[in-house]
Amino acid sequence: MASNSSGGGSDRQRTAQQRLSIIAGHLQRPVDGNPAILAEECKAQESKPDASSEERRVPRRRQEIMKWNGWGYSDSRFLFNKKGQAEFTGKRYRLSGMIIPGLKDWMEGTFGASLQHKAPATPILNSNAIQPPNLHEAFVEELKSTGIPFSHDAEDRVFRAHGHCLHEIFALREGKFGRVPDMVVWPNCHNDVVKIVELACKHNVCLIPYGGGTSVSSALECPHEETRSIVSLDTSQMNRILWIDEKNLTVHVEAGIVGQDLERLLNESGYCTGHEPDSMEFSSLGGWVATRASGMKKNIYGNIEDLVVHIKMVTPRGVIEKSCMGPRMSTGPDVHHFIMGSEGTLGVVTEVTMKIRPMPEYQKYGSVVFPNFEQGVACLREVARQRCAPASIRLMDNEQFKFGHALKPQVSSIFTSFLDGLKKLYITKFKGFDPNRLCVATLLFEGDREKVLQHEKQVYDIAAKFGGLAAGEDNGQRGYMLTFVIAYLRDLGMDYYVIGESFETSVPWDRVLDICRNVKARIVRECKEKGVQFPPLSTCRVTQTYDAGACVYFYFAFNYRGLSDPVHVYEQVEHAAREEILANGGSLSHHHGVGKLRKEWMRDTISNVGMGMLKSVKDYVDPNNIFGNRNLL
Amino acid sequence: MAQEAVYSHRDPMLKKRDDFEDILEERRNSSDLRYALRCYTPVVYKELTLCKSGELRDLVLQSDHLRYVITQVSKETGADADEVQGEASAILEEMAHCLQLSTVRFFAFTLTKIFKTLFRSICVNEEGIQRLQQAIHEHPVVLLPSHRSYMDFLLMSYILYTYDLALPVIAAGMDFMGMKFVGEMLRMSGAFFIRRSFGGDKLYWAVFSEYVRTMLKTGFAPVEFFLEGTRSRTAKSLTPKLGLLNIVMDPFLKGEVFDVTLVPVSISYERILEESLYARELLGVPKPKESTSGLFKARKVLSEDYGSIHVYFGQPVSVRSLAEGRVNRCQFNLTPRHIPQRPGEEINHFVNDSAFRLVRAQEENMVLKPWVLLASLLLQNHHHGQKGGTALEELTEQAVWLRDLSRQCGAFLHWPEHAPPSEVVSSSLSLHQGLVSISEGRVQLALEQAGGQGGPEEKLLNQAVVVLSCASYRNQALHVFLRPALLALAIVTSSSNNRQEVYNSFSFLRNMFSNEFILCPGATVQDFEEACYLLVKTGALQIPQQEVLITERGHRTLAFLTSILDPFLQGYQVVCRFLCEEATEALTDKQFVPAVRKFIIKHLLTGTLRYAEALSSDLQKNSLAALLRLGAVRRVKGGAEQGTLKVNKVMVNSLEDTLGGKLPTQKAAAARL
Ligand SMILES: Cc1cc2nc3c(=O)[nH]c(=O)nc-3n(C[C@H](O)[C@H](O)[C@H](O)COP(=O)(O)OP(=O)(O)OC[C@H]3O[C@@H](n4cnc5c(N)ncnc54)[C@H](O)[C@@H]3O)c2cc1C
Repeated sequence: MASNSSGGGSDRQRTAQQRLSIIAGHLQRPVDGNPAILAEECKAQESKPDASSEERRVPRRRQEIMKWNGWGYSDSRFLFNKKGQAEFTGKRYRLSGMIIPGLKDWMEGTFGASLQHKAPATPILNSNAIQPPNLHEAFVEELKSTGIPFSHDAEDRVFRAHGHCLHEIFALREGKFGRVPDMVVWPNCHNDVVKIVELACKHNVCLIPYGGGTSVSSALECPHEETRSIVSLDTSQMNRILWIDEKNLTVHVEAGIVGQDLERLLNESGYCTGHEPDSMEFSSLGGWVATRASGMKKNIYGNIEDLVVHIKMVTPRGVIEKSCMGPRMSTGPDVHHFIMGSEGTLGVVTEVTMKIRPMPEYQKYGSVVFPNFEQGVACLREVARQRCAPASIRLMDNEQFKFGHALKPQVSSIFTSFLDGLKKLYITKFKGFDPNRLCVATLLFEGDREKVLQHEKQVYDIAAKFGGLAAGEDNGQRGYMLTFVIAYLRDLGMDYYVIGESFETSVPWDRVLDICRNVKARIVRECKEKGVQFPPLSTCRVTQTYDAGACVYFYFAFNYRGLSDPVHVYEQVEHAAREEILANGGSLSHHHGVGKLRKEWMRDTISNVGMGMLKSVKDYVDPNNIFGNRNLL
Repeated sequence: MAQEAVYSHRDPMLKKRDDFEDILEERRNSSDLRYALRCYTPVVYKELTLCKSGELRDLVLQSDHLRYVITQVSKETGADADEVQGEASAILEEMAHCLQLSTVRFFAFTLTKIFKTLFRSICVNEEGIQRLQQAIHEHPVVLLPSHRSYMDFLLMSYILYTYDLALPVIAAGMDFMGMKFVGEMLRMSGAFFIRRSFGGDKLYWAVFSEYVRTMLKTGFAPVEFFLEGTRSRTAKSLTPKLGLLNIVMDPFLKGEVFDVTLVPVSISYERILEESLYARELLGVPKPKESTSGLFKARKVLSEDYGSIHVYFGQPVSVRSLAEGRVNRCQFNLTPRHIPQRPGEEINHFVNDSAFRLVRAQEENMVLKPWVLLASLLLQNHHHGQKGGTALEELTEQAVWLRDLSRQCGAFLHWPEHAPPSEVVSSSLSLHQGLVSISEGRVQLALEQAGGQGGPEEKLLNQAVVVLSCASYRNQALHVFLRPALLALAIVTSSSNNRQEVYNSFSFLRNMFSNEFILCPGATVQDFEEACYLLVKTGALQIPQQEVLITERGHRTLAFLTSILDPFLQGYQVVCRFLCEEATEALTDKQFVPAVRKFIIKHLLTGTLRYAEALSSDLQKNSLAALLRLGAVRRVKGGAEQGTLKVNKVMVNSLEDTLGGKLPTQKAAAARL
């Protein structure tokens, strides 16, 4: 991640403490003030916004800093320079400005891609290709009178018409636009949302909440059968921390805040939520709640459902919220669970109270190399059995291990070649390690120093029982750093005829190995049958451990040269892979959600009665389908 | 990997089959010893994780599945868990193979010697071998050979050794264990032994199934077993047994492996070693216990010429593709996979269908020799009362006609292309001297010679040995003609040529005979259409709109086809008659065969029945099974250990009449209700 990853364990902590003293002033007001009043107050009326939070705020015109047809910041991208070496541009990330010598070979070797064969994206967004907005005049008139900013500029609309599924980005690169929202509104606070929803109900206009736009389930796509005017409700301007309660260790936040801002602002006061999905640079609190997101460090902090204490959501029926903030309640089914995972079908999450923790005193990365994936999984299982999982533990398969190596930047001060060499020696010295079978687990420990060291030893001892060898902090740290740049890599692939995506599942422990093997094999087989000319990359990693199972992530990419409809082929293969997952006891989704992409399997997943339950909630809360993104059901 | 359905050809003529290569040829020209000792480095499964038999045993005994069952058994019986565990190891000990390369080499050496004296050639389709090798590398493989002879599994291992392929581990019946020395030898060449019946024995089943599954999952070795369960004494394929097929499909269904590859193998013998042995067995001379001396009593066997063997390795069949769209694998998501569960309806259907399709795949690639056609013709000529036999030229003409017909029906016929037909016929006859007699240019079954000196009954039985032996060759071709023959019979028995009515008759007959022949469950319509298609193609029928018309030249074809089923038709009828006329209230299962045999002998002696084939206990048991299935006979579990048979005489009677064409099929259907 851009700013957070720049600090290793201790210097991160130092900066935080410095900041804490400097910024303590800013926080004086929210902490001491009356939360109720503050929450009602809109930033729109604030004359002078808080400087420190402004520096990172997501602008209304996202296109000013972000790509319209790819991942992330406009200034950051992979490219092959004149010498044919891969390079990562910009200044935001640790990898920025570095040469990655191994990437070209890896891409050529893995995909049969070639620098000669380029598939460039359409460079500029052509507004003429976009359908003129279908505006509901009365709605627009009344909206105007509220003073809430809105736009029907083509670029603004296109930006909110998609998430980051392969087919969505592929279409943008080709300059193809399907149904896009007819306008975008930027509420500044809860009350703005209440007004917008009222107007939408009054005029029967379709609303689609938009958080960070990182959805990978086609959740943001406008249903093409929708004939009403579609309004994208962009929550990005509702991004304030309204108060911090240090006695109860909670924070009350507007739901449009994106992950990196939330963490940064909390860090300034010495706290964190610890919720770090890989998309945290761009994804929003409301989005997390709406999709039941999961963060990398859930072992310590929990997933979003564990972190949330109170939610406020505006629905066509009115506002839903609980009357108190008791840490647990026995008051019938938890209404929060209707909201979490509702994927924008019931209303807009506007404010959330979340748990916070003091920032960890100490952080340490680590890595373990195993002779093979089976041993690695056995080790993770044992770690879970002993309930001693570090903040994060991830097990890469052999292909990803190799990929990780291909992404090693050219030697620089940070990436010590000396240590790398040593590690290489260490591994090859042990004859049992077949370079085509070994795999690596990356670890992140957090807490007070003593405990971290103790914990570390416990985990390494377990690993040793499964033939695992400690492979250094560096490898671990690089692994985590890469999670933030890996999304950029897909754009590079697409420049050279390589398309791909990741998808995930959760599965009981006894099936982890089987599902990994079978899904990977299924992908390879389907590609062959669908006429893909080159062997695909089909790899996986175990990214989360639970008492009763694990979360498994699959990466799948292939060189599509020679195919007339690559996206269709891609979708067929992904579909087959999902069927394989389900047939192997995996879930429909661990955290990406259902959206429209995985809807067809919902009934089988939760049974007829389950569907009926969800349906009746939808029917009650939103009888006119104002929140008409048609996700989930 | 072959994705196409196991059996899906509308026009069997279009089937493409590989060429053969004789593996004995090289053996005749080079050192047997060097062959036996040559370097053997087979391709193995790419994800092979296990190589030693000892590890295999440990894996089985420590498996979650077995541990679960052991705990369960110990809870149920009150026995100590360690004790049950001990029992489990003992079972495994008794069962497990211990493949040793030295034994294999020994067999390679001795079998070469034996094969070279017994057989002219052993022909193998090399492309099939290549496919197999690829399959072994990719996925766990199950070999499914047809089973006509003791020889089968030694022959299989011999061939795989010859081609440097991974040697299979073979499920063999416990009866072999009776032969001490041979049993151990077989074990060391890869056989493992299963008790014939262990119905309720949970522990036994657990050990056995886990043993097989573990071998598959780890890719330890290809697993081989006989779908038909036992050697077919009639050369007709037997209704497949599902137990083992269920077990080998299980790892795929439960996601423990990506796929399992099934390879049907068709082994056809020009002359079966056990020829007359089988006939006697079917006639009620009790089955000799498989003892070492018994096997080698066939010593005189060694001095004869048994022609050639053809072994065809069929298209590998992916269990995954078979299950695609048929089995919802999610059904295994909600119970831990190591807890044994009875397969549900869906799985049972699936396994059953697959089994039938696999047996048909075996049938399709069985090589037929000209003799098979001659045997069919000689039997028919005999029953049509041709005195003094058939003139050679006439037989040759008939054979050529039948050759063409069978080819049109898709037979895998090996008829020497360049030799004149008369030569083909005479050389085929000479290989089967024991079954035919030729005098003054006329050929007939060697019944006179077989008759012997005894009383009429003994004479009858001796002649029946020849008839049944001959029939076993004709039976090799049955699968080719079966569907057209059922149609021919339906046309003859139905009262009009209305297509629907013919279909009804067809459907009735098909149903009636589905214990006798391999007829895929639920495929009546396809079978009917295939039969129509073939008979229209051969020019025997015209099917304008809703009618079925026999053409001028079609009469000969239809006559041949109906005759081929006639022995079965009449056999079933006589069984029905027996049940109506002679079955007492207390008729038990055990008594059924001897009693019906007596009844049939009586009818044969008085001349009211022509077909000695009806004496085959196989036919008798199959017809009883059909009647039980149709509900015309019920098995009542009496107080005594065995059940008695309760006969619904009205229904049996009407079935008999319908078979005889005296009642329209609708009536029979009504009677069933
Ligand atoms: C590179 C990458 C990495 C990712 N890593 C992770 C990860 O580690 N863990 C994880 O859980 N997910 C991950 N995701 C998926 C995605 O980031 C999550 O689903 C995230 O929660 C979406 O948040 P968002 O703010 O971007 O929502 P959007 O994409 O804007 O919207 C997602 C859905 O939520 C609805 N929605 C958004 N905001 C609100 C609101 N305030 N009220 C009501 N409904 C709303 C939308 O209508 C839509 O249906 C990743 C995605 C990418 C592209």
